Amino acid sequence: MRQRRHTWQTLFTTTALVMAAAVGLTACGGSTSEPKAAESSATAFEGKGPINYVSSRDASGAANKSIEEWNAAHPDQKVTFIELPDSADQQRQQLIQNAQIKSDTFSVLNLDVVWNSEFAANKWVLPLPADAIPTDKMIPATVDAATYRDNLIGAPYYTDGALFYFRQDLLTAAGIAAPPKTWDEMKSACEKILALPEAAGMSCYTGQFDKNEALTVNFSEAVASAGGTVVDAEGKPTVDTPEAKEGLSLLVDGFKEGLFPSDAITYLEEQGRRAFQDGKVVFLRNWPFLYSSLSATDGSSKVAGKFGITSIPGTDGPGVSTLGGRNLAVSPFTPNKETALEFIKFFTSEEQARKRLELSSRAPAFADLYRDPAVVAKRPFFPTLLESLENAQPRPKVVQYGATTKAIQEEAYAALTGAKETDAALKDMQAKLEEISAK
Amino acid sequence: MTTASIDHQSSGPPRTPGQGRKASRNSAGSSAGRTPGEGRMAALLLSPTLLVLALVIAYPLISAIHQSLYRAQSGLDADGYVTEGEAFVGLANYADLFAGESGHRFMNAFGNTTFFTVTTVLLETLLGLALALAMNRAFKGRSFLRASILVPWAVPTAVSGLLWRWIFQSDGIANTLIGSEILWTAEGTASKLAVIIAEVWKTAPFIGLLVLAGMQIIPEEVYEAAKIDGAGWWRQLGSITLPLVKPTLLVAVLFRMLDALRMFDLPFVLIGPGKESVETLSMLAWDESNQLRYGSASAFAVILFLYVAAVAIVFVKVLGADVTGAKQLGAKRRARKANRIQKAEATQ
Amino acid sequence: MTITDLRGLAASGESPGRASGVDVRPKQKRTWRSYSVYLGLALIFIYCLAPFYWMIVSSLRRTADIFDNTLLPQPFSLENYAKVFDGSTMFGQALLNSLIVASVTTVAALVLGIFAAYAISRLNFRFKSVILGVIIATSMFPGISVVVPLLRLFTDLGWINTYQAMIIPNLSFAIPLAVWNLTTFMKQLPFDLEEAAMIDGCTKWQAFRKVLLPLAAPGVFTTAILTFIHSWNEFIIALSMINDPAIQTATVAISKFTGATEFQAPFGEQMAAGVIVTVPLVIMVLVFQRRIVEGLTAGAGK
Repeated sequence: MRQRRHTWQTLFTTTALVMAAAVGLTACGGSTSEPKAAESSATAFEGKGPINYVSSRDASGAANKSIEEWNAAHPDQKVTFIELPDSADQQRQQLIQNAQIKSDTFSVLNLDVVWNSEFAANKWVLPLPADAIPTDKMIPATVDAATYRDNLIGAPYYTDGALFYFRQDLLTAAGIAAPPKTWDEMKSACEKILALPEAAGMSCYTGQFDKNEALTVNFSEAVASAGGTVVDAEGKPTVDTPEAKEGLSLLVDGFKEGLFPSDAITYLEEQGRRAFQDGKVVFLRNWPFLYSSLSATDGSSKVAGKFGITSIPGTDGPGVSTLGGRNLAVSPFTPNKETALEFIKFFTSEEQARKRLELSSRAPAFADLYRDPAVVAKRPFFPTLLESLENAQPRPKVVQYGATTKAIQEEAYAALTGAKETDAALKDMQAKLEEISAK
Repeated sequence: MTTASIDHQSSGPPRTPGQGRKASRNSAGSSAGRTPGEGRMAALLLSPTLLVLALVIAYPLISAIHQSLYRAQSGLDADGYVTEGEAFVGLANYADLFAGESGHRFMNAFGNTTFFTVTTVLLETLLGLALALAMNRAFKGRSFLRASILVPWAVPTAVSGLLWRWIFQSDGIANTLIGSEILWTAEGTASKLAVIIAEVWKTAPFIGLLVLAGMQIIPEEVYEAAKIDGAGWWRQLGSITLPLVKPTLLVAVLFRMLDALRMFDLPFVLIGPGKESVETLSMLAWDESNQLRYGSASAFAVILFLYVAAVAIVFVKVLGADVTGAKQLGAKRRARKANRIQKAEATQ
Repeated sequence: MTITDLRGLAASGESPGRASGVDVRPKQKRTWRSYSVYLGLALIFIYCLAPFYWMIVSSLRRTADIFDNTLLPQPFSLENYAKVFDGSTMFGQALLNSLIVASVTTVAALVLGIFAAYAISRLNFRFKSVILGVIIATSMFPGISVVVPLLRLFTDLGWINTYQAMIIPNLSFAIPLAVWNLTTFMKQLPFDLEEAAMIDGCTKWQAFRKVLLPLAAPGVFTTAILTFIHSWNEFIIALSMINDPAIQTATVAISKFTGATEFQAPFGEQMAAGVIVTVPLVIMVLVFQRRIVEGLTAGAGK
């Protein structure tokens, strides 16, 4: 009897010890407020040695080529490419997890432009020295998107802007001389085109309307194209305005009036591409990525050679694109900050950007490259894209971007599906955004 | 008709089939009481398991409870940096779960979680039983059927989520086959149905395999005896198969319930995050931590843990899953059971 | 009800039953039933395999016609499979890593689970239900909330990029299932068998190994399959603890596939990879179920 109790005592003591150790660790890990972090942001970029570059894979192989070139020239400061998942949510989750435990594994981070403010404000990345990056040669909107409170946080790596794809063959058949510049022009063009026998069963337009980041993009573009903003220069939400209402109404009415395909509410970028590529819609808002698959001549595209590209439409003239893209930033937890900074300078330089264009179709940040005849010969849509980018607006630059985009998606989606009136949705969106920015 | 022999059997020493040895009733001493060596032996056998589990779960659990009592400062300082440090807020994170807008979301997620658990586990159980019964029959190609039934369980969850997402696209194969234009991945009832179909497909094999294993240890003689007594297929199912696989079935259902209550990947990949129609408690916890509100994310996790624990306890109590084997070790249920069966036979 | 009861019943029912047992079932009914049974089997078969068929078909399409709804790939292409094994992904290595992690997890969970289940079903001691409760409680905490604390813990222990950083968290799923399932199995097996063996001169250990374990084989085997597959498919822990491609598992490797551009999902490759990770499992089960289950059960002198 006593023996047994003894054994159980041992067992429970061991378990208790493990638990106690666990509590101890919790206490250690829980104390996140270390005053040192504040100082480190001001420290110079020091320390040379091997670093890790963290990003999702570049399918074109262009990024790997740049890294190989760096490694050949810097054998003692080798850069290792740590690949993250394809999903942006999962990338962000991994980056934040590692920042929270202050891991020194991730040295150079590839950040989506919308994460910029959040990572800067939480000190998960270091502000870059003022003259490190040749920002004066870059498209202003890309620099703006990489800046937080007057500090450049990341070096623009590549950028992305909206393009408006249209069916040139159908426009010609309907006798329309130029692609529409406004929503009204687009509607009247559609009336003519959809009356054509070869356009039977087609819809007029589609964007991306699934409850997803893409909806935030399409909503922001609609609002900006109607002359409104989502947040003003001070970061105050401004969606309960006549302009924002006009913008959202464009999309809501598009569904109501049957301008959009009825399943467009489930569309992301890919579904939109297919709808256009299979000849189901006349007009499409999308990113530049689909140019090559639309132009494919192997029979997979029904619109090869039949489409044109211009800026997205607005209410009174060309619309305003939302800015996408990626920046490279330095983690404060890496010991080799000098190497990290030098690598970023090298990687995002105009020379490397030009080299990458041979393999990759990602839009560079340098304006000159869009005017280069050799580049334009390969990518004829680049001048249009540059126009779109020079006019582009970043998505709300707020620290709580996750909560912000979620509020926008929820309310915009409710309006599009008819679950809420446009006015009520915008009012609720305004209230939610105010609550988030007040925090 | 068999009354006499059953009574005789249940009171007498049971024979060990196939070996013809006679076991002494006295040596069934395990039911008599605890012997000193047993406790020590048990401690020895159990401690590695408990140690591993303590390492993996105790720390995260304690860490979550600790975190759920704190809230990070959310303001920005003059330079635009997030104010560091977190404040002890007691149970405020828990209280906030039930208030206002977040209370609505919580109740919605709670409802979805419960709805998905009830529907999927019910359907999985029925289908799993059918699978097991099918696999337990002797017919040509049985082992092939068994292996093919494993396929849905063997496909990685993330991949199967993508697969079903493609199947349920607005112009996907599902709509093509049934000639409909249902928007499965948009908010609404269809998205719930899509999740249920995919989840049942994926996890019915789990129940099926466990139940099949339970069926395999039922001796053939039992069925033969029943057949001789004229019991039909349904009666054999009701009075032999089901009672005998009940312990295994209950464990299978219990584990499925625990998993279903924590459902995350499938609705996340198939329908998408932030869709109210399919948002579960796990997704809500994920979303909170995704928005860096770790305090309330942990509160969600703890609440979910308590909910799962409550369901498990109720399940074990109500269905009387004799998990510890204590009753069996102690009581003389054999006689009673035998009597019950014999009565059932008699009423036929 | 235990197996012993029924064996007893069966044994007892034998002689009187044989005397009076008349099978009055009409033959026609049986044929009708067997048709409906086969129809049911076919339906189950289709439900289980049709989505998998779609997976295979999708994996055999070219990227350009990945959205086709034709029931056969037209044209047939192995492009996706080639991409999966393309040098940069190290998918072969990832498969090997998955195999290591899942095998070690399964063996460890079975060993620990068998010990624990034996203790719970065969020994008398206090706090039994508490311990069983604690064991299953580990399956009640949402998996996604475990990640960050564990990442912190394993970083402190220097376990990042090691196999144990994946194996030990996997055990927290595998052990509860193994313990609970094996306990129910052992509980159902008659005590008399072991006792008889011990009377014959076996030690307790021998009785356990030679008599009890073979009888519990279907349970052990099933638990092994389920835990193996579960660890084979684990994703979020493996993703968070491992950043070295030489150690990452297949599910993590799949998540890193990228489409031709940022917005294009690498669906074809993902489906091809799904087929590649599923088929070996199924073949393995086909091989093992004969060898192990039927072998062991036969050896037990059923």
